[in-house]
Amino acid sequence: MIDLTTASAQWRVATVAAIRNETATVKTITFDVPGWPGHLGGQHVDLRLTAEDGYVAQRSYSIASGAGSGPLVELTVDAVPDGEVSGFLHEELRVGDQIEIRGPIGGYFAWSAAHDYGLLLIAGGSGIVPLMSMLRSRDAAGATQPARLLYSSRSIDQIIYRSELDRLAEQTAQFTLTHTLTRNAPSGWTGERGRIDRVMLTRWQFTPAGDPDVYVCGPTAFVETIAEHLVGMGHRASNVRTERFGPTGAIRT
Amino acid sequence: MLVTRGFKGKRRGGDADRLRLPPGQFLTPEFPVLTAGPTQHTKLNNWSLVLQHGGSILGKWSWEQFEALPQTEITSDIHCVTKWSKFDTRWRGVTIDDLLRAAGLDAAPTDFLLAHCDGGYTTNLLVADLIEARAMIATHFDDLPLLPSHGGPARLLVPHLYFCKSAKWVRRLAFRDADSPGFWESQGYHLRGDPWREQRYEGDQ
Repeated sequence: MIDLTTASAQWRVATVAAIRNETATVKTITFDVPGWPGHLGGQHVDLRLTAEDGYVAQRSYSIASGAGSGPLVELTVDAVPDGEVSGFLHEELRVGDQIEIRGPIGGYFAWSAAHDYGLLLIAGGSGIVPLMSMLRSRDAAGATQPARLLYSSRSIDQIIYRSELDRLAEQTAQFTLTHTLTRNAPSGWTGERGRIDRVMLTRWQFTPAGDPDVYVCGPTAFVETIAEHLVGMGHRASNVRTERFGPTGAIRT
Repeated sequence: MLVTRGFKGKRRGGDADRLRLPPGQFLTPEFPVLTAGPTQHTKLNNWSLVLQHGGSILGKWSWEQFEALPQTEITSDIHCVTKWSKFDTRWRGVTIDDLLRAAGLDAAPTDFLLAHCDGGYTTNLLVADLIEARAMIATHFDDLPLLPSHGGPARLLVPHLYFCKSAKWVRRLAFRDADSPGFWESQGYHLRGDPWREQRYEGDQ
């Protein structure tokens, strides 16, 4: 178990080890963080950026990489229009650059192999990031309980981690993947279309049977709506863990 | 200080705005919603607020009784531990001072308190952070009843601490003989949470 007491408060200097494009507006940045204490799937970090005149900006980002104790930490960052920090991370940051980081932060919206219960994951847009961290952690830990992911994207080219999710779903009998596209679906699309509603949740067995752990992450209105559906379907509110980010990305600018 | 190569920053707002922002915060005109679980919907006829010390109930108010207590308005900046700040938010409700008076108390019985909320959320507070008009049980935001997603019908408002201390859907204030961590404080967040000292996480001074 990670000792948050000593680990999370300390600022560390991370070096950018790799940057890759996930979609046209989403990048994954790999940081080498000497002394990184490890993390659980779903936790986040704080970044601190300092300009030459001492001006400082801080933001929180979800960790994308799976649980582990190595020094590499991956963050997947959505480019928010006019975003002060996400804009910098997308346009300026280069491999070899250094940046201050601290964490891991947050132990509630997190998956631990010690609690391998049935898992229901519901993502909207870049809300997939902490859930992907959980799925990677689960895969690495050889989790045995079933997991389901229902992932809502606007269009097929905006799906983050698409090939890796497909691979996980093919390799792991216990993992069921469902995509829904809310704007455009290409011809031959076999996934769901439209916004997630109670009918769709029921069709993909996002039901309270077996008392599963439920994690919902996405824009505020998305999370609000789905959390209400889940409680209405009989999920215990205490089993439904949520992370919301603002309609215009106020939390992750 | 490690300068981040190529980072200039957007520096929104004027110098006056920036002086009002505690370290590491950024200004937003929005009112983001952050909650660890589903929004709670408590019907007013089932609502009550309880003031408690150990096994004794020091005061209990139904919604109707609570609404009849003296009303106070507070306008304040608020600061979320996740780094957004919002200026000049306008609230109405009942100060903790008035609540203590309504319970017939000259002073709080202890120095510590744990706030309990619908949905199981808790947060710990020093009584010193709640009295002398520093905090209230807020029922209105911008003259309108507080929306459930923002903690309605009633939330704690402790604007000089990180906003996770301003617990949504508050129902019970339990005085305690010692400080003990609430929900986020058990997950590595700071016990007191003063934004001007940037007390975000356990271990921050």
